[in-house]
Amino acid sequence: MEQTEKRKQILERFHYSQDVVIDKPFNWQQMWRLLSYLKPYSVNLLPLSFFTVMISTGVRLLLPIIIGVYLFDRAIIEKDTRLLTVLVLLTAGLYFLLYLSNTLRIRWMNKLGQYVIYDLRKHLFNHVQTLSHRFFDQRSAGSILVRIMNDTTSLQDLFTNGVINLLTDFLLLIGIIAILSSLNLKLTIAIMVILPFMFFISTSLRKKIRRSWQMVRMKQSKLNSHLNESLQGIRITQSFTQEEENNEYFRQLNKENFETWKEAVRKNAMFGPFVEVTTAVGTVILIWFGSMLIQNGECTIGEFVSFSFYLGMFWEPISRLGQVYNQLLMGMASSERIFEFLDEKPIVAESPSAKKISIRGRIDFENVEFSYDEKRKALHGVSFTIHEGETVALVGHTGSGKTTIANLISRFYDATSGCVKLDGYPIQDLSLHHLRSQISIVLQDTFIFSGTILENIRFGNPAASDEAVINAAKAVGAHDFIQKLANAYHTEVEERGNVLSTGQRQLISFARALLADPRILILDEATASIDTETEIVIQEALKTLLKGRTAIIIAHRLSTIREADNIFVLDHGNLLEQGNHDQLMRKGGVYYHLVKAQYKMLDL
Amino acid sequence: MFVFKKLKDVYLPYKKDFILSLLFLLLLTGITVVYPMILQLTIDEVVLGGKYHLVPWISAGFLAIMFLKALSAFIQHYLADMFGIKTVRRLRDQLYEKLQRLPFSYYDNAKTGDLMSRLTADVEGIRMFVAFGFTEVLRFIVMVTSSFCVMLYYSVQLTFVTIAALPFLAIVTYKFDKRVHPAFRGVRISFAKLNTKVQENISGIHTVKALSKEGMEIERFTEKNEKLKAAHLRTAGVWSKYFPLMESIGNICVVALLAFGGFMVTNGKLEPGELVAFYSLIWYMMGPIMQLGFTINMFSQAKASGERLLEILEAEETIRNEETIAKVESIKGDVEFKNVTFFYRSEKTPALNNISFTAFPGKTIGLIGATGSGKTSITQLISRFYDVTEGEIFIDGRPIRQFDLKVLRSHVGVVPQESFLFSSTIRANIAYGRPDAAMEEIIDAAKRAQAHDFIMELPEKYDTILGERGLGLSGGQKQRIAIARAICKNPSILILDDATSAVDMETEFQIQQALKEVMRGRTTFIIAHRISSIKHADEILVLENGKIIERGKHHELIQRNGAYKRIFDIQYKDRDIVLEQAAGRC
Repeated sequence: MEQTEKRKQILERFHYSQDVVIDKPFNWQQMWRLLSYLKPYSVNLLPLSFFTVMISTGVRLLLPIIIGVYLFDRAIIEKDTRLLTVLVLLTAGLYFLLYLSNTLRIRWMNKLGQYVIYDLRKHLFNHVQTLSHRFFDQRSAGSILVRIMNDTTSLQDLFTNGVINLLTDFLLLIGIIAILSSLNLKLTIAIMVILPFMFFISTSLRKKIRRSWQMVRMKQSKLNSHLNESLQGIRITQSFTQEEENNEYFRQLNKENFETWKEAVRKNAMFGPFVEVTTAVGTVILIWFGSMLIQNGECTIGEFVSFSFYLGMFWEPISRLGQVYNQLLMGMASSERIFEFLDEKPIVAESPSAKKISIRGRIDFENVEFSYDEKRKALHGVSFTIHEGETVALVGHTGSGKTTIANLISRFYDATSGCVKLDGYPIQDLSLHHLRSQISIVLQDTFIFSGTILENIRFGNPAASDEAVINAAKAVGAHDFIQKLANAYHTEVEERGNVLSTGQRQLISFARALLADPRILILDEATASIDTETEIVIQEALKTLLKGRTAIIIAHRLSTIREADNIFVLDHGNLLEQGNHDQLMRKGGVYYHLVKAQYKMLDL
Repeated sequence: MFVFKKLKDVYLPYKKDFILSLLFLLLLTGITVVYPMILQLTIDEVVLGGKYHLVPWISAGFLAIMFLKALSAFIQHYLADMFGIKTVRRLRDQLYEKLQRLPFSYYDNAKTGDLMSRLTADVEGIRMFVAFGFTEVLRFIVMVTSSFCVMLYYSVQLTFVTIAALPFLAIVTYKFDKRVHPAFRGVRISFAKLNTKVQENISGIHTVKALSKEGMEIERFTEKNEKLKAAHLRTAGVWSKYFPLMESIGNICVVALLAFGGFMVTNGKLEPGELVAFYSLIWYMMGPIMQLGFTINMFSQAKASGERLLEILEAEETIRNEETIAKVESIKGDVEFKNVTFFYRSEKTPALNNISFTAFPGKTIGLIGATGSGKTSITQLISRFYDVTEGEIFIDGRPIRQFDLKVLRSHVGVVPQESFLFSSTIRANIAYGRPDAAMEEIIDAAKRAQAHDFIMELPEKYDTILGERGLGLSGGQKQRIAIARAICKNPSILILDDATSAVDMETEFQIQQALKEVMRGRTTFIIAHRISSIKHADEILVLENGKIIERGKHHELIQRNGAYKRIFDIQYKDRDIVLEQAAGRC
């Protein structure tokens, strides 16, 4: 008791999320929807694959009769050399046909499966691109990734083999039974006794085995989560001298994983022997009953031999049907997750009569209310006007509504009530793509895509020449540090890489925005500390960037705020004050106190 | 085999499982070869010979043998698997323990992704080989020779006619394996590339949408998706070319068997039952031959995996307790650097160049300078995460190498630049350095770090579980928990490496206030970019390219009119104007 208590305690050191739901009940509607992805191939790949499979199956069915009944009974036993020659040649011919059809079968079936998965994944990815911010806010990046990559892959087998095998294996099974019955009905009935057992092993036992492997995989992924985390946090662990404690945790986790694995291994090792014993029972029936029938003259040796071949063939389709059954159950879980995403509608939809106008940059908020969820309102009836070419600083604490205003201007969300207007047009009447291509947003945590610096800046305007990219970098003061990198503009960078410092990333995103040349610029200033030298460059760059456009800055630095044409002071979703620095200082209100508090800090 | 010899410590303790599994494998193979012989007996003796009274005996014997076969198959399979997973368990424990001990310098040059793939894929490679590789080789030998012997026993002539095509099978199989593995690797690489693309797209979706570049992203995705499809189809191409060919060679053997065997039976040189037995035996030989390529490949992969794992297991632990360590249990907090020069491995310029300073117990040292000037290196040497290249560090007057690492580090509290939190409760995260800390101590630490209030607003309060990488909290909140974690250790030396970078100015102000009290009685090192964070330090060191270029108290450095003053001017340039304005108003 005490030991399990201690073990539990150790295992509570870390917590990792664990998947639970494994498979879903069969759902026809969903299946039908999944199968609709086969439609584009219903006139070419699908029938072709089916055709080759039929040929392979047919040859496989025919051979035991040829070899058993004709070759043995007619040619060998009756010593008919001429018939033997003919039959051997026929067998060789059939094998050649099998070779051809198998080559094509593998090629076409794989093609079918890959094309369908390709289409499905493309459909899913393209759909996800259209979804709104809210969709991404509610989910972790990892969970979206798993659906686009892993859930689609898990359907691959179903489409490559599953659907076609389902059809052919039924036919094969019926074919075998039909042939056996026509050869010898009594013996067929006797042997069919083993069929239910085979079905049981193939579906039920296999399902149990699969479940226990899933358990292993779940434990394994927990183990891997911990490994990954312990590697990333190794410096913390060593600083806090927790190596021993972590070792103990890992040993327990490893042991837990081992126990689950052991269980799976045990079940797994039973599968083969079970099949073997069932087949053996079938063989015994064949030997016993068959030899009795031969004795009575109700069966020939050739039939007996054919039966022994067909008996071996029984297992194959049944096994595959069990496999398809399991694939379907797994496919249900995956397809449900995929369809959940596909059914997700973009919250911010393009209106059919959307106008494509070139905007000049005037922004009006008329009594705008907004809430991310029912519980809390992010904006309470805010109204203001930003004139063309003006720089506006948004000031306020976290949660005051600064980011919400920025999000509404680029229409990542629609206002709950009230109206957002651009150049006097309600924002919903403008083409979404057209709108966003004229607005640039520079986020605090600039995302760097893997690729060269050149490509990263060009992301703002894919049509820009190398020269234009370099000019943009020069304009924001990024050229100098880029030149100092190993391969200058062709240096490979990535999100998690440490080639660029925070300040340098910011400059890259400035260059990106400048290259996009937007009418409206939204900028979320960084709070993370940047060394003073880079900071000066950034301040300078900002001036270049703001020139000649409407700008909304979520500002943290007083120097930026002071130079703004207009300052909006926000608090809990309300616009408290507006005016320029001097006006607001003179007023002696919220802004005045905010500024004073910040300087008090410097003088601390 | 050298690799496996070196790794023997991992699997030898379980050799009993292995040996037993081999014994059952022999039994299993023996029985398998008996099966066609029974079939032959049935046909030739019972059916053709008319000895029908033998039927019950043959049936019963057959059933008994098949049960025995099933049982030994189960035991063999189970034991082989157990041998594999026991080995994996031990291997993982050893790897994990080793990784916990390896020094920072090892991790500077290692990528998490690479280590992870060793810990997963390479460990799996070893398991596969240990569980199946060894036995597969033996199975091959036993199966092929015993089938061959039985065939020879029936008919020498027919045996050679039948197996004439087998060498071709071996060649085709070999070629197939050589081509199919690169193809599979191609699929894996394409998959990884597509995966990276999608991951990047989702992580950067706000940037994509902000710049309205969904179309471009779809293009890039489609290109990689096409490549994955092509890679899959290439693999299918290899399969479709070789697999039917391999099957056909087997079928050629069958046709040869039927033609030649058929004539032999008609000439009375062979019994019909023997022909049927041959028909089964030939597949017993072909199966393992088709497997052989797979086995060889498994071996070479396991060897490569073993090498990569040994690289970890044999990596040098450069930072270790010295032979003789002083029996010191507590540390007062006196830190002295004497002409310290330090190089990171693989770098040519020194990270620290002839640094000397003394921090007396309870005093505060401020470190300021551009990124890469050596601030963090100084603090990492104090915890002895690295050893100095030249010079010496003294703690409480004693060379740092004379301390027990655990004692030393448990007296140094570090708040790192990037606040890494573990997937655990907030309580456990704060108590990470002292798992036995009482709840009151944890709450006290959180209060001092200005974290208590926001923790109490969370649904589960101190029992809130932080997601992987501490998602769900803002940067400032994470930093405050990291500060509480360091305080909870009650260290005599406190290191704040840009600890308040992600909080807004107001919160920073509160944390600074709180830290003032926390710092009392501890030697504190503060790394910062903002002058306001370090201006009250007892000594400020201004670093540039690993050298101390200025040192002194705030007002001394201001008077000196050097680098420090320049930073000060930039940060404070508009303060005076604003304050004047403000003063004028009220």
